Amino acid sequence: MTDDMRGAFDAVDQGPRPSDPVAAPSGRLPAAVSLHPTIVALGRRFGEAVLGQVVNAGDQHVVWIDPAATFDIMQWLRDDPDQAYDMMSDVTGIDYGHGRPVEVVYQMFSTRHKHALRVRCALPLDAMEIDSVVSLWRSADWLEREVYDLFGVSFRGHPNMIRILMPFDYDEGHPLRKDFPLRGRYSRAEQTRRALNQEVDRFYTEDVLGQAREVQEVLEGPTAPPRRTEEGGA
Amino acid sequence: MAQKTVTIPVTRNPEMGPGGRLVPSPLMPFEVENPDLGSERMLINIGPQHPATHGVLRLVCELDGETVTKVVPDIGYLHSSFEKLGEYRTWNQIVPLTDRMDYLAPLIYNCAYVMSVEKLMGIEVTERCKVARVILMEMDRIFGHLLWLGTTAIDVGAFTPFLYSFQERERIYDLHETLTGARITTSATRIGGMMADLPEGWTDQLRAFLRTFPDTLAEIDRLLTRNQIHIGRTQGVGAISAAEAINYGFTGPNLRAAGVDYDVRKDRPYYDYETYDFEVPIGQHGDCYDRYLCRMEEMRQSVRILHQALDRLPGGPINVEDPNISLPSKTDAMSDMESMIHHFKLIMEGIPAPEGDCYYAVEGSKGELGMYVVAEEGGTKPVRWRIRPPSFVNLSVIPRLAEGHLVADLIMINASLDIVLGEIDR
Repeated sequence: MTDDMRGAFDAVDQGPRPSDPVAAPSGRLPAAVSLHPTIVALGRRFGEAVLGQVVNAGDQHVVWIDPAATFDIMQWLRDDPDQAYDMMSDVTGIDYGHGRPVEVVYQMFSTRHKHALRVRCALPLDAMEIDSVVSLWRSADWLEREVYDLFGVSFRGHPNMIRILMPFDYDEGHPLRKDFPLRGRYSRAEQTRRALNQEVDRFYTEDVLGQAREVQEVLEGPTAPPRRTEEGGA
Repeated sequence: MAQKTVTIPVTRNPEMGPGGRLVPSPLMPFEVENPDLGSERMLINIGPQHPATHGVLRLVCELDGETVTKVVPDIGYLHSSFEKLGEYRTWNQIVPLTDRMDYLAPLIYNCAYVMSVEKLMGIEVTERCKVARVILMEMDRIFGHLLWLGTTAIDVGAFTPFLYSFQERERIYDLHETLTGARITTSATRIGGMMADLPEGWTDQLRAFLRTFPDTLAEIDRLLTRNQIHIGRTQGVGAISAAEAINYGFTGPNLRAAGVDYDVRKDRPYYDYETYDFEVPIGQHGDCYDRYLCRMEEMRQSVRILHQALDRLPGGPINVEDPNISLPSKTDAMSDMESMIHHFKLIMEGIPAPEGDCYYAVEGSKGELGMYVVAEEGGTKPVRWRIRPPSFVNLSVIPRLAEGHLVADLIMINASLDIVLGEIDR
């Protein structure tokens, strides 16, 4: 075997070499320890209620907290003068599917310190309940209703926990969950049939229904005036 | 039954006071019955099919006489679940969904979405692309504010500003059309760049618009800013304090009108906004009139930014030079094997993303527009795509703003918030 042939069959033993150098994923830096002052302070104050943290997309700091301690942590984040997150920009949910917990995500901003923070809470599918933060930030009112509507997370202590985007009596589930089919649970024909068969009386008060019955009786009774069948003019 | 003595100044009183002032007539005092009219409340429905609700919005109002005691907004008539649809589309296929949300300023939504995805993937766009996007976003800020200006003026009875502002909007529609071929559904951006470079002569067309637009704006300003009817309808109506405005989640001109100095372009700058020379107008009273003043000034500032951006618009490519992100040119795709493979892979598979999530906020015309994307490792579709809707949060404040005002003021308050239902219902 000549020298230049040496090593030619190494690939058989070792398997193919990767053709391109494997690039490190640019967004997530799993080893990076967040130096965000709030996350450091959170860890110091709440200890085991802080479940994890990560720096995503280069400079965005995310912290996972224990759902049981949500309200205390949120209140501290708003009221502590070093944190002062007075703006609750967004409350939303994530469903990864495959039985993974549904997460509630809070995007916060402090207009005093110009800090942004993202707080996430993982809720197991059999305990989809979390404290409402409406009493701290009024902006969370509709946002939490939307999370309830689309994900089925119910917020303890919310003043008006009803659906907001879907009809209030929608009974097919929560559309943004991964187990909800894209086109809905029923066919278009079935949806039409259900819409036509619903009890519309429940939308009216007894007063209005009584008036309607009176009109009905007048129209159908023996004293009802004969309907005009001929219209004068064109 | 209450009895009340009323002294009424009358004009035909022969004993006219000094300087022509009216004096109460000694002949006129009389007793009137001031009956207690009872406190039965009335429920009325405004919308969903009503031009003054600025979209398919239904406001259920409880009235005491003509005073609003309670407002319950009912939304969801336009719900089309864009966020769910996004989970079934590759990153680039989502772009057309974004401009269907805010059809009054579509380019801001196109840009905000791709900026978020690029941040998640760690893509740095070219300098020309950055400046071009700044131009498009500022242009559409004017576009959105002009619609607000026209429709709000018409709500308080001023018809002329409506015509003037829609005439100017028409010229931006033309700019959209020259750029993308569409007037509303622009879909101008792609991950890593734009659908196409700015066409030849487009910047001149925009400069021509910028030359004459301030005159129209000044004309509308003369018609409204010191107009007594307009002032009477807007000053002191729907006022909110600074601390409350933050707590209720106001953003954008609505928040700044209440005296809070928060502008995403200044406080969380993106695309080198810190290097542009512009002011952020801040109001004092948080009422409808201050919101009007803030938006008027923002349009003037956008003109300033547009001039600077047009001056610094560099040459060079508009898309990133990475075949795994940007599509090859059509000629290359048809004649070069490598390019065809890249084209095929990009269209059929999409661009893989790293695991993680990214929230990217820009200053939209309505307020802080956030795009939140969540991806799995190597995912070519989002696990979750969320729009932080500025109008949605701004509209949720309307029960607080309108209570205690008259029904006519409710219309003004609703108009002054600058909502777009396509984005509220999503």
